[in-house]
Amino acid sequence: MTGFSIFILCGLLVSFIADRRRTLSGLKRGGRMFLNVMPTLLTVMVLMAVGLYLIPAPLIARVLGEQGGALGFLLAASIGSIVLLPGFIAYPLCSTFMKQGASVSVIAVFVTTLMMVGVLTLPMESKFFGLKAALIRNGLSLLGALVVAILMGLSYGRT
Amino acid sequence: MGGPEAKPAGGGLKGYAPFCLFLLGGCVSWLLNWEPGKEILKGFGRFAAEMIPVLPLVFILIGLVDVWVPRRRVEEMLGDESGLRGMFLVILLAFFNAGPLYAAFPIATILRKKGCSLRNIFVFLGAFAAMKIPMVSFEIGFMGLKFSMLRLAFTLPIFIGVGILMEKLLGKGYEMRGS
Repeated sequence: MTGFSIFILCGLLVSFIADRRRTLSGLKRGGRMFLNVMPTLLTVMVLMAVGLYLIPAPLIARVLGEQGGALGFLLAASIGSIVLLPGFIAYPLCSTFMKQGASVSVIAVFVTTLMMVGVLTLPMESKFFGLKAALIRNGLSLLGALVVAILMGLSYGRT
Repeated sequence: MGGPEAKPAGGGLKGYAPFCLFLLGGCVSWLLNWEPGKEILKGFGRFAAEMIPVLPLVFILIGLVDVWVPRRRVEEMLGDESGLRGMFLVILLAFFNAGPLYAAFPIATILRKKGCSLRNIFVFLGAFAAMKIPMVSFEIGFMGLKFSMLRLAFTLPIFIGVGILMEKLLGKGYEMRGS
């Protein structure tokens, strides 16, 4: 993240030296977009906080670690689609359960839906892309995630 | 451009209602020492800490891209006629990114405004979600190379397929207008 910040701040500096007026106009455009997204962003953060409370980490751990078979698979897919966990929380969790023998396809469906499907961020996504596009993208991504997970399970030789 | 910019600024104070309600609820649970409320408030703080350093930078980047990058150039490289090369380029672009998927939404919006094809927009989002370098290196560390490479190999064709389907379903000229 720091590399990214430094890159953008350097870009800003270079842009400012090259053309002050143009830079200010760019900042104004970016700022206006940011302000317009702000209410939706705050709402999404509220939804995420409530969601994280309702679906706490120990529950996720139980589903990933203990529930096998089709039920575990579907539960992992639903939880992965709803909550948003950053990779540095999700992967250590998954790695532990995989070592304990949790099924690869359950872990894979959880990880993949976590990344590609975001029910709680739908308000924000539809603000940018329109509701229709956001719904179709999430639907297709969910189907895709199921396919990826099944293929993962098959290639590990156990589902 | 469609999207968030199209709305008049300041017209949406109503949009802050859920957040204000939440703050109010948070204060009340803090005063009454209600554990679930305090727990939720803590969760909110964690998400805020994750987003606040990232998002302003993303919007600075977008403003700069908006004023400096010529539309013709982007259209040539990532537009409808850009073919496999354009697709490769958006995947590469997503590769060198960091941050959660919602940081990619505004980036996708500016790319679209500059003439990126709809298919490449959604391929970009897929690649951003599934194969950013910081995330993948983390994944390899915890899940092992085999898991990570297999997941990438299966996911890549999936999100390219999603991109192609999205363009088919929405139509090439779909305007990404916020709801």
